[in-house]
Amino acid sequence: MNLPLASSAPGSATLPASSTAAMVASTLRLLRFLLRNPMTFAGLIVVATLMLVAVFAPWIAGHDPLLQNLAGALQAPSGAHWFGTDEYGRDVFARLVYGSRITLYIVLLVTVIVGPIGLLVGTVSGYFGGWVDSLFMRITDIFISFPSLVLALAFIAALGPGLEHAVIAIALTAWPPIARLARAETLPLRNADFVVAVQLQGASSTRIILRHIIPMCLSSVIIRLTMNMASIILTAAALGFLGLGAQAPLPEWGAMISTGRRYMLESWWLVAAPGAAIMLVSLAFNLLGDGLRDVLDPRSQS
Amino acid sequence: MSTASFSIWTTRAASATRRGGSVAVTLLGLLLLTFFIGRVMPLDPVLAIVGPDADASAYAQVYKELGLDKPLWTQFAIYLGDLLHGDFGMALLTGNPVITDIARVFPATLELATLAILFGVLAGLPLGVYAATHQGRAGDHVARLITLFGYSTPIFWIGMMAFLVFYAWLGWAGGVGRIGLAYDGLIPKHTGLLLIDTAWSGEWEAFRSALRHILLPAVILSFNSVAYISRMTRSFMLEQLSQEYIITARVKGLSQRRIVWGHAFGNIRVQLLTIVALAYGGLLEGAVLIETVFAWPGFGQYLTSSLLLGDMNAVMACVLLIGLIFVTLNLISDALYKIFDPRTR
Repeated sequence: MNLPLASSAPGSATLPASSTAAMVASTLRLLRFLLRNPMTFAGLIVVATLMLVAVFAPWIAGHDPLLQNLAGALQAPSGAHWFGTDEYGRDVFARLVYGSRITLYIVLLVTVIVGPIGLLVGTVSGYFGGWVDSLFMRITDIFISFPSLVLALAFIAALGPGLEHAVIAIALTAWPPIARLARAETLPLRNADFVVAVQLQGASSTRIILRHIIPMCLSSVIIRLTMNMASIILTAAALGFLGLGAQAPLPEWGAMISTGRRYMLESWWLVAAPGAAIMLVSLAFNLLGDGLRDVLDPRSQS
Repeated sequence: MSTASFSIWTTRAASATRRGGSVAVTLLGLLLLTFFIGRVMPLDPVLAIVGPDADASAYAQVYKELGLDKPLWTQFAIYLGDLLHGDFGMALLTGNPVITDIARVFPATLELATLAILFGVLAGLPLGVYAATHQGRAGDHVARLITLFGYSTPIFWIGMMAFLVFYAWLGWAGGVGRIGLAYDGLIPKHTGLLLIDTAWSGEWEAFRSALRHILLPAVILSFNSVAYISRMTRSFMLEQLSQEYIITARVKGLSQRRIVWGHAFGNIRVQLLTIVALAYGGLLEGAVLIETVFAWPGFGQYLTSSLLLGDMNAVMACVLLIGLIFVTLNLISDALYKIFDPRTR
């Protein structure tokens, strides 16, 4: 099987005009390979839908997610309320739709925090080696020796419940694997000819790490971040369910399950709908991550 | 003793010391982490004891008693000393020492997690082997789908749905808690594991009740480990099946069954043991959620209810204990590898 990111196939002799053009071309090639696998394609569709739903929530929801109507509380799913209504008569479908914004907010924020931290710690650790490496890797070891949910619980115990604190807690638990990965990618680069060449030209360590090492680690770190998104969603939902994440009126899916639980025996849809949404989205991110790994990391192919 | 074997022993001793040293550093790190998380909390521990109406002198006295006036490093040393004596402080929720509480609730979690890992192995192993021997065919895809769902499902949600269906609608499962109310507290305590205790005292009615209560949460809890174990089994198996000795075995005309279970599986047993040890640790994380769903009076429920009360002593003790269990399981899996895999000698 061809490596999608390897240089162009022998047939296509034209070289890309610029590095931007090359990037566009390789992204397109990546996309084409991704779409070849139906499972990955399905994952991509769901993730794209999630984003569209989040952006166009006011037009899709049909109801106000926070509008209470006690007269119409706990109604079963119907034509007017597709997924029924909750204990305050709020439309469950509308809440799910707006909840997609919270889910995306958490996932993106955690990823944006974790990616640079992991990259920086990992590349610095791998590039310098020695005691810097030992120190950083020992710290990541300590973080990795807790299951991530339990460590997140500990941070929330200290910070107090809330959406922002949940994001911080999840980010604090999610960076070590990224750092490990970035370090592993950096190690073989440390003595690579091109790095030695820029060293001899007098480039500073900062410049070498930022301009030469980090770009080489990016693709595998991005795969890893994508694969992490599913577990971020599950951890955030678990924190919401335990009452430690997003708080009451916010339509966060885990928190919806938590409150719906009280009425579960009569009004099963209060629990079924948000849980199914969580599962669908985390499944989609897993499929996407798997597909990306298959395409970008040919070693994993059997 | 020849010099060669002697040098082997010294390198082994050196690597054991290094390993032991790095474990000690990790443990110290765990303690530092829990200590500092405990420090940054916005709650005032003094206020929690003296109450909001206390005057300044009472406040100052408790402040001193808690050792908060000392430098951080001294406080950490005191914290370490207390832990070494098994003193994790008092729990606000029960008024008992935290260590007593944990000893009380731990068997419930142990029982649940052990049953769950049993299911995880019983389902995950055959699934992984099947997927590997049917690579690329329909069975492999089905197995992959099952693993994907295992990784993607929020287990607290699937637990609630299963509770709804199997308890509320069908009436098959036993409901919340560890045992029917009629037997609660009446079982003589030998091990704290209800299935064993009821069987021990010959209370078969109670045994059935305990079994009906534990099956559903244990099966749900095992979801993640089924996914993990089957995926790892598949990849270990594929690695073995592509080796030349397998081709030799096929050429010799051995049956597929002999090749798979006799040859290939025999060679991955050690790797699988380490995977199972790690999966067992992972179950503790799931237990926090599943125990909340099924009102299972174990370690996870104790952790979350202490958390909601802001009881830092109890929370930090639980977190520390889980970290310790994790590190220990890692050590055990390493040791198993060394003992059973002749190549590492």
